[in-house]
Amino acid sequence: MTTTDTVAHPADDLKQAHKTRKAGKRRKGRNAATKRLAGVLVSPTLLVLGLVVLYPLLSTLRQSFYTEGETLDADGFVIKGEQFVGLANYADAIVGAGAGRFWNAMFNTTFFTVTTVILETVLGMAMALVMHRAFRGRGLVRASVLVPWAIPTAVSGLLWRWIFAPDGVANGLLGQQVLWSTDGPQAQLAVIIAEVWKTAPFVGLLTLAGLQMIPQELYEAAKVDGATAWRRFWSITLPLVKPALLVAVLFRLLDALRMFDLPFVLIGQQKYSVETLSMLAWQEATNVNYGPAAAYATIMFGYVALVALAFVKLLGADIIGEAHTRRRGKRKARSKSGKAVMA
Amino acid sequence: MITRAPSVRAKSQEPAWKRWLPNFGIAAIVVFCLAPFYWMLVTAFRRPSDQYDLHLMPRVWSVDNFLAVFAPGTGFGFALLNSLIVAGVTTILTLIVGISAAYALARLHFRGKTLVLALIIACSMFPGISLVVPLLKLFTDIGWINTYQAMITPTLSFALPLAVWNLTAFFRQMPVELEQAAMIDGCTPGQAFRKVILPLAAPGVFTTAILTFIMAWNEFIIALSMVNKKEMQTVTVAISKFTGSQGFEQPFGTQMAAGVVVTIPLVIAVLIFQRRIVAGLTAGGVK
Repeated sequence: MTTTDTVAHPADDLKQAHKTRKAGKRRKGRNAATKRLAGVLVSPTLLVLGLVVLYPLLSTLRQSFYTEGETLDADGFVIKGEQFVGLANYADAIVGAGAGRFWNAMFNTTFFTVTTVILETVLGMAMALVMHRAFRGRGLVRASVLVPWAIPTAVSGLLWRWIFAPDGVANGLLGQQVLWSTDGPQAQLAVIIAEVWKTAPFVGLLTLAGLQMIPQELYEAAKVDGATAWRRFWSITLPLVKPALLVAVLFRLLDALRMFDLPFVLIGQQKYSVETLSMLAWQEATNVNYGPAAAYATIMFGYVALVALAFVKLLGADIIGEAHTRRRGKRKARSKSGKAVMA
Repeated sequence: MITRAPSVRAKSQEPAWKRWLPNFGIAAIVVFCLAPFYWMLVTAFRRPSDQYDLHLMPRVWSVDNFLAVFAPGTGFGFALLNSLIVAGVTTILTLIVGISAAYALARLHFRGKTLVLALIIACSMFPGISLVVPLLKLFTDIGWINTYQAMITPTLSFALPLAVWNLTAFFRQMPVELEQAAMIDGCTPGQAFRKVILPLAAPGVFTTAILTFIMAWNEFIIALSMVNKKEMQTVTVAISKFTGSQGFEQPFGTQMAAGVVVTIPLVIAVLIFQRRIVAGLTAGGVK
């Protein structure tokens, strides 16, 4: 509870600041015009997002309570027709016929998310620390760090399938004959390695941006006070880079939860050990089982929303707030670092 | 300068291995990031018969794999064109719609702004699959399967929020005084935006365009679901289904060549615009 309290305060402050600023504007009598302009400028975006995000989401929710009539007639044609089935699709997924596959997909999704995000954060942090201390080769390292990020996931899936091929270079280097792309823990390991390769540099980049905001004087003062390198890392670097790191980790978490392309291309469809929730829902949707697919997609959506909410509430990942501070960045540069120290 | 002096002296007293440590770290990062990419490149330039050769350099350089990629019947040229159309149109639409919203969110003060911003950024976090399931059914019903709009419309759902978020960060970095000066000179807020801010924001808009294009180019699940005709596939989908001309075994060489063709434009863009891209990624804090 104390954590939520400390998080709530800055937000309240911001609201307060908003109110006072707004009051000032009102006195100038500009408010109505500004409001109208804002409405005109923002509404196209909201309209488009309503059409391409809100409508499909509501549609998924509705769909998850229905089932397609999938009876085949004598000629093998599908007779279409929707029937309301209430929570049957969910019940099927959680305790019924599809439970085994669903919980397996749920486990895989969670397992991949936890392992890859932890590895990415640690590796990304290490990369950022190295890049921060680099005097030579900054351009080179920045360019090479962007390469894994820029490669399409489908291509990187293909690339790692080749690396992990039975006669591929991974087995060549290991001197083993591991069948990476067959169902099993080795397939999971292959997915984790490929995912971490692609995304750890991205975490590194965002963390580096956070590191560059830390004033050098803090380290010098700590050195004068006799703090060891380890101590400086724990007491200065980590707390001050935390806001940037949290945002990076949040984006990675949400991205890892919807993992689809990589296992799909690297290992294949309907492989038990790497089937994620997205893959399961996609499989059902392409088999015209829209009802169960929608139920999986809705559960998936709820899961993602829950993780995002928990992350923002518990750890105080400050996505919107950071933008606010940035706007007032110039004036508040000092108090910002001060605030970060307190946090 | 006086405070700096001791630290400089301390640095020169450090043992040699400690001074070299950052360079080793840099080398390790570069190798980590580039080795798999290098392997793709090298495999692509081997002769198809040398496919399983594991040497670091091809014994005989060859472009046979690239010729196989564009051999008649693979449809890879079409796929490149499709990707260009889908990613290009998505980028243009996103910028047209997104710029104005980003400006309002960065500069104007109105009630519910934080809520709008939170809503927009939340949109980009939705798992793609929860859009694909209903849209697949909808587009099947209205006959949109195998069309460009069936790929572009859902792609907007993640491209637009990220573009708005990015552009908002860029507009915020520009000095408020610019518009204030324009408005003192008699511009309305709208005119100040069109005549003063927009021309000056061109670099930020350009960066956002690159990022949006790369994201749309790399999109997979939507393009995979909405198209079942080979001529309409985008490159990412085409490449995942690439069997090449040999047929009997996995044509890894051809696949890697196709991967190189798909990736090289992005890598070149990254090399040229690396500063901008890093600025864009970190400004919005987004992928």
